[in-house]
Amino acid sequence: MAEHKDLMTVKIGLAEMLRNGVIMDVTSAEQAKIAEEAGAVAVMALERVPADIRAEGGVARMTDPAIIEAIKKAVTIPVMAKCRIGHFAEAQILQALEVDFIDESEVLTPADYENHIDKHPFRIPFVCGCRNLSEALRRIGEGAAMIRTKGEAGTGDVSEAVKHLRLINKQIKELTVLSKDELPSRAKELAAPLDLVIKVAGLGRLPVPNFAAGGVATPADASLVMQLGAESVFVGSGIFKSQNPARMARAIVTAVAKYDQPLELVKASRGLGASMKGRSVAGISEEELLHTR
Amino acid sequence: MSTASPVVGVLALQGDYQKHRQMLDRVGVSSCDVRTADDFSRADRLIIPGGESTVIADLLRRFSLQETFSAYIRSRPVWGTCAGMILLAARVNDETVNPYGVIDIDVDRNGYGRQFFSDIRPGHMQLDGVDHRLDLVFIRAPRVTRVGDGVAVLLTCDGDPVLLAQNNVLVSAFHPELTDSVLLHRYFALTFAAEVTA
Repeated sequence: MAEHKDLMTVKIGLAEMLRNGVIMDVTSAEQAKIAEEAGAVAVMALERVPADIRAEGGVARMTDPAIIEAIKKAVTIPVMAKCRIGHFAEAQILQALEVDFIDESEVLTPADYENHIDKHPFRIPFVCGCRNLSEALRRIGEGAAMIRTKGEAGTGDVSEAVKHLRLINKQIKELTVLSKDELPSRAKELAAPLDLVIKVAGLGRLPVPNFAAGGVATPADASLVMQLGAESVFVGSGIFKSQNPARMARAIVTAVAKYDQPLELVKASRGLGASMKGRSVAGISEEELLHTR
Repeated sequence: MSTASPVVGVLALQGDYQKHRQMLDRVGVSSCDVRTADDFSRADRLIIPGGESTVIADLLRRFSLQETFSAYIRSRPVWGTCAGMILLAARVNDETVNPYGVIDIDVDRNGYGRQFFSDIRPGHMQLDGVDHRLDLVFIRAPRVTRVGDGVAVLLTCDGDPVLLAQNNVLVSAFHPELTDSVLLHRYFALTFAAEVTA
């Protein structure tokens, strides 16, 4: 079997295959089938969608393996699952279950407030959330093969995802105009590995795919984050908390494929029924926010 | 159309099409994204990238591109990598994808298993009389389970055919676009099925 460096190619490779697609949160085999038929490029197997995790409170943990196994059986597309931040034992269990991607996610209650999982030893690739370049580069340094914005999950309010995308883009642009001797102190400010800072300064983008997540609820939201540079879109509560999940799912897939074609977006957006009710991020107290985790 | 400076199209509905475009840039040939019926007429050759075959097949239907795509892949040089190979095959072990049947092979989707079994394996092949070493990147790859009489096997890996050709159609189970070697992109852009474009 291939060693670490080779594994990164294979891990980032799967992330590349998911580009220009929609990854949908599902909580049952039936929902997974609906997602696959609507054109999902992958599904995220969950016990509860983020909106319900938010409403019910309590400690949110890895999904029951029985649910993940049922979803794996139901679809042929890749199946992802979430573990708590820093909970490497949950990640080991998800790897043993042979999920295709692990999301070390702030949507679940963190298990370690100091350390994230060392993701290099795993054969399964990881995706991690971030709000800025500093978090993105630390997660990549730990072995993440895909980065997504945190946004504010379970709200249907896209504003945090927009803020995170814009900030990361701006911070990458800033790196590209710095001279070589300015990069070490910038790396220190970012609290990020210098080799990754140098790499991003040269590439003008992250070395792994950068997807959007957190609050995407409509075809227009999907178009917005794609136009802001996201390479794919995660949709959590936005599909199965809408009035007509199958139609909403299909419409968001069309919107990602035609994100820069407003006439196609008109067609995709028409007559979908109610989108998820949602909750404005501005009305959420500091303690309830997930993206600060 | 001239074979000296072909425009290589890359089907850009879903998947890693940008990676193929970057490889074609490195080869030094013109390339374009193919998203609409008009885009097909601009491309001398076409790459169908890796991605999810269920999604790419769905989007071809959804955007009414099936007829244009079907006519194109029957007449011009095309190369399907991974998901692209599934779309071009004769039969697939899985009713979620209806393949277009332009190369006489049967494939088993994700025939090597889930992502846990994705890997890089060494490969050797002769091209234009020269021996080349290749890194073969397999990601939830399709496995070829039957090879028809008219199909040439150009490369095998651990006993399985992984690079095959029939007339104007080239398919690979692996992802050259995720490696440093532009060997196969150069071959497809400049040499493969030259008689079709002549």
